[in-house]
Amino acid sequence: MPVAADANEKFSAYAHPERLVSTEWLAENLGADSLVVVESDEDILLYDTGHIPGSVKVDWHTELNDEVTRDYVDGAGFAALMSAKGISRDDTVVIYGDKSNWWAAYALWVFTLFGHEDVRLLDGGRDKWIAEDRELTREKPERTAADYPVVERDDSVIRAYKDDVLAHLGNGPLIDVRSPEEYSGERTHMPAYPEEGALRGGHIPSAASVPWARAAEEDGTFKQRDALEGIYLGEAGLAPGDDVVAYCRIGERSSHTWFVLEHLLGFENVRNYDGSWTEWGNAVRVPIVKGTEPGEAPGAAKAGA
Amino acid sequence: MPAELAEIVDDFNALTEAERLELLLEFSDALPELPERFADHPELLEQVVECQTPLFLTVEVEESEPRTVGLYFSAPPEAPTTRGFASVLAEGLNGRPAAEILAVPDDMPNQLGLTRAITPLRMRGMTAMLGRIKRKINEALAA
Repeated sequence: MPVAADANEKFSAYAHPERLVSTEWLAENLGADSLVVVESDEDILLYDTGHIPGSVKVDWHTELNDEVTRDYVDGAGFAALMSAKGISRDDTVVIYGDKSNWWAAYALWVFTLFGHEDVRLLDGGRDKWIAEDRELTREKPERTAADYPVVERDDSVIRAYKDDVLAHLGNGPLIDVRSPEEYSGERTHMPAYPEEGALRGGHIPSAASVPWARAAEEDGTFKQRDALEGIYLGEAGLAPGDDVVAYCRIGERSSHTWFVLEHLLGFENVRNYDGSWTEWGNAVRVPIVKGTEPGEAPGAAKAGA
Repeated sequence: MPAELAEIVDDFNALTEAERLELLLEFSDALPELPERFADHPELLEQVVECQTPLFLTVEVEESEPRTVGLYFSAPPEAPTTRGFASVLAEGLNGRPAAEILAVPDDMPNQLGLTRAITPLRMRGMTAMLGRIKRKINEALAA
C-alpha cells in the first residue's frame, strides 16, 4: 500500500507533486509500513559514514549497472536486488543522495525503467537532511528479504539509444545538461573531474545548453515551478507537449533534468540518453557541433548513420 | 614497496569485497588531521584535480639523507573513498625515504582489490594521487 503523499505547498504547483517528499515529511514518516528509504550516492562509502535511520544503500555502479555490458541490470537482476534490499513491488520508495540528488535521480530513473510505481525523491537530498541536523546513523537496518517479481525493463518510453537520438535530430528538442565548457567542446569532462576519454568535444547538433544544477537551489532543493518554467520553457525554448531528449556524460546528471521535465513540469515524452557524450563523442560518423551555439540538425544524419 | 604499504595491500586482498570497503571506511575515519602549520595555511597544499572530490596534499622532504618524506592530506568527510585512499598512502608511506616512495608501482591503488566496486574514473583519481606525490618528491629532490 502506498504511503500518503506529502501535501507540501511548494510541491502542489508541480505537475506530479506526489514524486517529492520534504525532509519534514520523511522525518515524520520514518518507520511507516510500506515505506523504504534508499540512499544512492556517487561515493560508494558515503552511506556507510552515516545515513538516515532505516535507509538502505543502492550503489549505481555495482548494483544498477550490468557488470559486463554497458547497460542496466535485467529484470531478474533488478528483482534479486530489490528482494535483497527488502523492497516489495508495491512499497513506497523514497530515494535521496548527495550532490542535489544527482545520483538519487539516476536511481529513480532506473527504478522507473522497471516500472516501480511509487518512487519519490527527498527534496534537498542528503545535504538538506544533514544541514537541518537530523539524525544519522551508521547502523545498517536488517530488512527481511522481499519477494520482488521479475519485471523486464521497458527502455522504450524514458530511455533513448544513440539511434533514437539520430532519428530525433531535427524532429524535437534536445537538452544538454553538462557544463558550458563541455557543451562548447573546450573540455570533454566535468570541471575538476578527470579526463573521461571522449575523442571529440562539443554537443549534439541543435541541443540547448541547460546545466543540470540550474534546476536546484543552493540548498539542493528543486526550484519552484515558475523558476523552472523560466529556464526550460523560456530560455531553452521547450514547448508543452514537446518530445524531449536529455543527455550528459553517462546519463546521471541528465536523470536529474529528466525528473524535472517529467515530474515537475509535466512533459509526457522525455527520454534520457544514457549513452550520452561518452558514446556520442566517441561514435564514428555522428554529427557534432562545437562552440556555444546549438547549431543545425543535419538532415543527412538520419539517412547516413 | 615499503613493508607498511605491502602489508596494507595484503590486508585488503585477504578480505571479501564487502570487507575491503569496510576496511577502506576505517582508513577514511583514521585519516590524520592536518598539522596546525598546514591547517592554518591551506595555500601550502596542492589540489589533486583528477580526484572527483576535493583532495589537497603536500609533501615535505628532509634535506639530509635518507631524504625522509612527510605526507599530509586533507579531504572532506563527504568524500570517504578519497579520504580512505589518502589514509592508506599516509599510513603506508609517511616517514619513508624518498627513494622507497618513488619505487612504489604506479598502479598500486589497483592492487587493493577494489577495481570492481569502485568506478574506473575514481580509481584513476587515486592513481593520480600517488602520481602527484611522486612528482612533488621529484621536484623537492631536484631543488
